[in-house]
Amino acid sequence: MAELNLIGAVNLALRRAMSEDERVIVFGEDVGTSGGVFRATEGLLEAFGPDRVLDTPLAETLIGGLAVGVAAQGFRPVAEIQFMGFVYPALDQMVNHASRLRNRTRGRLSCPMVLRAPFGGGVHAPEHHSESTEAIFAHLPGLRVVIPSTPADAYGLLLSAIRDPDPVVFLEPKRLYRMSTEQVEDDGAGVPLDRCTIRRAGGDLTLVSWGASMVEALAAAEMLAEEGATVEVIDVCTLKPLDRATILESVSRTGRLVIVHEAALTAGFGSEIAASVAEAGLFDLRAPVRRVTGWDTVVPLPRLESHYLPDLTRVLTACREVLTYD
Amino acid sequence: MSAAAGFDISHTAYLGPDGKLLRPLPDALAASETLEAFYRRMVLTRTFDAKAIALQRTGRLGTYASSLGQEAVSVGIAHAMTPDDVLLPSFREHGLQIQRGVKPEEILLFWGGDERGSAFSDQPDDFPVCVTVGGHAPQAAGVALAFKLRSEPRAAVCVFGDGASSKGDVYEAMNVAGVWQLPVLFIVTNNQWAISTPRNKQTAAETLAQKAVGAGIRGEQVDGNDVVAVAEVVGAALARARAGEPSLVECLTYRLGDHTTVDDASRYRDDAEVSGWWQKDPIARLRLYLAENSGWDKVKQEALLGQCASQIEAAAESYLATPPAPPEAIFDHLYAELPEPIAAQRAALLEGNSDG
Repeated sequence: MAELNLIGAVNLALRRAMSEDERVIVFGEDVGTSGGVFRATEGLLEAFGPDRVLDTPLAETLIGGLAVGVAAQGFRPVAEIQFMGFVYPALDQMVNHASRLRNRTRGRLSCPMVLRAPFGGGVHAPEHHSESTEAIFAHLPGLRVVIPSTPADAYGLLLSAIRDPDPVVFLEPKRLYRMSTEQVEDDGAGVPLDRCTIRRAGGDLTLVSWGASMVEALAAAEMLAEEGATVEVIDVCTLKPLDRATILESVSRTGRLVIVHEAALTAGFGSEIAASVAEAGLFDLRAPVRRVTGWDTVVPLPRLESHYLPDLTRVLTACREVLTYD
Repeated sequence: MSAAAGFDISHTAYLGPDGKLLRPLPDALAASETLEAFYRRMVLTRTFDAKAIALQRTGRLGTYASSLGQEAVSVGIAHAMTPDDVLLPSFREHGLQIQRGVKPEEILLFWGGDERGSAFSDQPDDFPVCVTVGGHAPQAAGVALAFKLRSEPRAAVCVFGDGASSKGDVYEAMNVAGVWQLPVLFIVTNNQWAISTPRNKQTAAETLAQKAVGAGIRGEQVDGNDVVAVAEVVGAALARARAGEPSLVECLTYRLGDHTTVDDASRYRDDAEVSGWWQKDPIARLRLYLAENSGWDKVKQEALLGQCASQIEAAAESYLATPPAPPEAIFDHLYAELPEPIAAQRAALLEGNSDG
């Protein structure tokens, strides 16, 4: 048991996975000697050697394609994209190849890879370093999209992602990398994929979020509790495939739903959740669904960033409106 | 001022368009049996191609990319590869795929719109054709990385066209291959046209082979209509690749047909150019050589055409007799195990419902 922050838990999971399975290799830009710009891969080169921890040239299409090729040959690559803003050259490999290789060969070849990338804002980062475009990946059949929000989940979900026989896009909320710590046991136990986690039970409102916005969601639930409302907070964890059942079951009890995410509103992943509840839980609803999200704007540079990210005030306002609607 | 670097690009050819030798054949490839085998495979490839086009023209095959005129590239590469190597093909290497153990009926299945065409019952590791031009080059580096990490004496062979040579994917792959000394061979089939874009509008580079130079690996050029030259140069390059010296081989050839069956090449290129390249036909030149040097005659020719036709006819019959997979097959290989949230959609498909 160790007291770890989220990035430390990512590192621990990588160590664990590499220790228990020789097929697991790690590569990306600056992941070896430097240990990664966020130190996610710190010490791995020393522990596992240059055959299993590889610094790539600065080429994201290559990183995606390398992962596809080496995975098709039976390795379990964990490829790092330094920031989500740089993932798009690798998108072709994910859309056209990683997500389809099993299907297009009728299972003859497969792609057991993990593509890790830090994402999201709130750390006063330069341009292209703060976006949340998880919905792009969640739209793609054949992929899994996994986002942890706690150190323990970062450990357990990453282990499960690496062990999964299909490609996983593993997005790490960098605002949470060093925000808090918790006890993480290095027991090799994975947290199941394809499941939402109920972080806080409640009966008056269902509040759904993922990644860094879980901070505001949980804080809002705490404050609303003081006002006498019990809020159920659901951490989606795996966006694709989406565990609709957990969300629908919660809404069937609360009748009220608020969704929070950093990404822009239109066609954000909150749309999928709202639509799912409209399709299968409409008559459980006692108030319109509300989404609290980034605006449909370019993510601003740090001086105005706080006006973009959904903050506690906006989350609370939406929750109170939904709670008092009748 | 002094030169900081320089490079030379060699060009290799043995068999001229008239069937005469330009230089003595390499010993390993000079035997009549070897050359006749090359010839048979090239004729089989062309027979397959003609059948595929006929099937498409009669509504029994989908859009198809012809390999007419490029048979020597496929057959030469196939000869140079070992079964343990892994091929990452573009979409015009039907002859190469067939020599690698992919059944002609599987290739027809793919172009006929059926994923089972890439299941390759007798070829476990080769990649399916890459339709996204050049996208397979970084994957070839990944396959080669696997071989290197396992210390296996195998090479990845990535075949792409002149159009792909303009893409960053190919450069990124060649670049890492050089840095990591990966056992990979890149082969650019320069057939002079990327749909309607001619070679001289694709790049100002004098050769495509020299694109390797910037990536720090060796590049060389070969007459891609000379099957002996292709087999010899690719064979040597593969031997080097397995020893950790990747390279790029440019095969100069010509796409005698349309880009695909939905293209009309007469819109953008002259008949004179096409007929000029027919004079360099890879099959005709080898037939001339064999007639002159190993007694290849009309009887043998007719017998070969008959054998190829019946083999391809049988493949076509097999393809045409393959019923479509059941509708739910679209879910079968999406993931190793269909996730519960998506299983409902499969059930909905089976029930004929519109929602999941």
